[in-house]
Amino acid sequence: MYRYDEFDEAIVRDRIAQFRAQVARRLDGSLSEEEFVLIRQMNGLYLQLHTYMLRVAIPYGTLNSRQARQLALIAERYDRGYGHLTTRQNIQFNWPRLADVPDILELLADVEMHCIQTSGNCIRNVTADHLAGVAADEIEDPRPTAELIRQWSTLHPEFSFLPRKFKIAVSGAVHDRTVLAIHDVGVQIVFDEERGGIGYRISVGGGMGRTPMLGKVIRDFLPKEELLSYLEAILRAYNLAGRRDNKHKARIKILVHEIGLEAFRERVERIFARLDRTSIDVDAAERARIAAYFAPPPFADLPAESAALEEARRRDPALDAFVRTNLIRHRQPGYAALTVSTKPIGGVPGDVTAEQLRVLADLAEAYSFDELRIAHSQNVVLPHVRLDDVPAVWARLVEAGLATANAGLVTDIIACPGMDYCKLATARSIPIAQAISERFADPARAAEIGPIGIKISGCINACGHHHVGNIGILGLERQGIENYQITIGGDATELAALGERLGPGVDAEAVPDVIERIVAIYLAERAPGETFADTVRRIGIEPFRPALAAPKEAVREAA
Amino acid sequence: MKLLDRAGWIEDPFVRDGADANLLPIEAAREALGRVRPLGIEVPPTADPDSLVGLFNQVDLIAVRFPGHRDGRGFSIGRALRELGFTGRLRASGELIPDHFAFALACGFDEVEIDEARAARQPVEQWLAAAGVIGPTYQSVRDGRRSIFAARRAA
Repeated sequence: MYRYDEFDEAIVRDRIAQFRAQVARRLDGSLSEEEFVLIRQMNGLYLQLHTYMLRVAIPYGTLNSRQARQLALIAERYDRGYGHLTTRQNIQFNWPRLADVPDILELLADVEMHCIQTSGNCIRNVTADHLAGVAADEIEDPRPTAELIRQWSTLHPEFSFLPRKFKIAVSGAVHDRTVLAIHDVGVQIVFDEERGGIGYRISVGGGMGRTPMLGKVIRDFLPKEELLSYLEAILRAYNLAGRRDNKHKARIKILVHEIGLEAFRERVERIFARLDRTSIDVDAAERARIAAYFAPPPFADLPAESAALEEARRRDPALDAFVRTNLIRHRQPGYAALTVSTKPIGGVPGDVTAEQLRVLADLAEAYSFDELRIAHSQNVVLPHVRLDDVPAVWARLVEAGLATANAGLVTDIIACPGMDYCKLATARSIPIAQAISERFADPARAAEIGPIGIKISGCINACGHHHVGNIGILGLERQGIENYQITIGGDATELAALGERLGPGVDAEAVPDVIERIVAIYLAERAPGETFADTVRRIGIEPFRPALAAPKEAVREAA
Repeated sequence: MKLLDRAGWIEDPFVRDGADANLLPIEAAREALGRVRPLGIEVPPTADPDSLVGLFNQVDLIAVRFPGHRDGRGFSIGRALRELGFTGRLRASGELIPDHFAFALACGFDEVEIDEARAARQPVEQWLAAAGVIGPTYQSVRDGRRSIFAARRAA
């Protein structure tokens, strides 16, 4: 993985000195509270419902064991012993004190980490496929591109005070595991022999929130060497013309929608044509320098199948269940990636304790070339595990409460922090996730249902990605009572789609029943081999509408 | 109003009001073109940098308005004006805070103009300290620093 050079290190250290001085200027009154908000947000510090929350960037979701141990230390020393993994591959601490934040930043810098631009109206931490360097469908590893974007976007003098936040994701594979379509800019690595080999397909104007939109392709092939200048052109067009009169209309998606993709493309191309590209774009040597850090680890030559693993699976049905759901085929024969679920039955999606972080660090070090990945599903991935080692890794995960065999299943729920932590929330998310998880606790039943993505947001801002959930749940408040809108048909893959509302919202207590009825309709309707998403795509959402209403018997009983 | 550059407070040779006014809103400046020197024009954050190119040889200063501390349009305008070839004085004027100073310099601004109340609350030492607190830069900037990418290339 990438290692800081003297310049990367200096930026992160200087940033801490800057933040210390900024806190001092807030305390002596030089900075107003409103001005300080601007500054602390650019350093990932939010004021939540109860306390501050500090969001730490995990660029493109890659961590090593040293970093994971440092996060564990921070969780213990400055938080309540745990951290929370987010849908943007970050980790956040919910209980730090403002006065401790500069010290936390120092601890992070010691392991080449930071909180730069994890909040605020700037270019946020860049995300990428959590199966980079693992997946067989990869055209090119997205991490060098993501790292280049990380550096270019860090403290960008022109783009640090945009109309609104700006999220970029990079995918290098045929199948999209980054939800490119919901990003302000999606960078997809493509191969086109006639146009010079590897390049980028750039989409623009995706986003969630109260006006969800899928990104549109603005350039179907951008030569690799022009990436940064093209991004600058997009950002400048947005910075100059994005709406600043209404926070809810300030994302680039609204600008692109209001003036139209063609008009926006013209503006971008006009700016692009005049930029001094040689001063912006990096040369092949710099791209190669970064890419070298992401060279494949020294894999051993192994047979494609592991007799030891197969034997262990026959002996232990729990291991077998784990392998069936949480093991991802690796392109390197004899290896696999393992999904470590942070969603035990009834647990808080995305929460990991300091002890669990240390176990993950140990396992990464011993079995996965010292690498961990954070997936946008809020789970952790051990990317390079020998098949022979899977039983040993699994046994440690079991001890640590990290072996839930539910990756991609009905209980692998994405949920935002909701009313339990967030100032913006209009309803609770975590307890809804817990209730659904408990309702579907039987692993045999979950396996029978198969892959399905339930995503829960506690307000219209949609941090829980409910719009692209196969089943989406949006918590709102109606006359003082939490009310949950259910959507069906969302898709977070390369077939990206926004869900449609089933009908009127339901009470919190009714949500698990509604989900159960939706699942029952799917099980009755599905053709052989179909996933939930396939069935909805084929039959549409109409057959699911009855799921909202309680069956007649129940109504009679209640009366 | 108070004016500062990377060395500290400076005198403002431009005047907004009275008979000798030579820092004028862009509309008023059109009739002073060629008649008044030095001449400064003040442009709003909605200004289209392209539309100003024809004035570059007739004005000595362009002051870009920053209407709020969250509003970063001026950074793009400043940088675009430099890219389009403006070599005169470039001023950021309005609701900037010391933490914007380094970004303004990097985008090609020479100076920042703030009101008296802000100057009292955020004295010049804070501006100068904020301007230099981050050493290196990844971006190609106009404040004399070499970008990290360029430094790596040279190494």
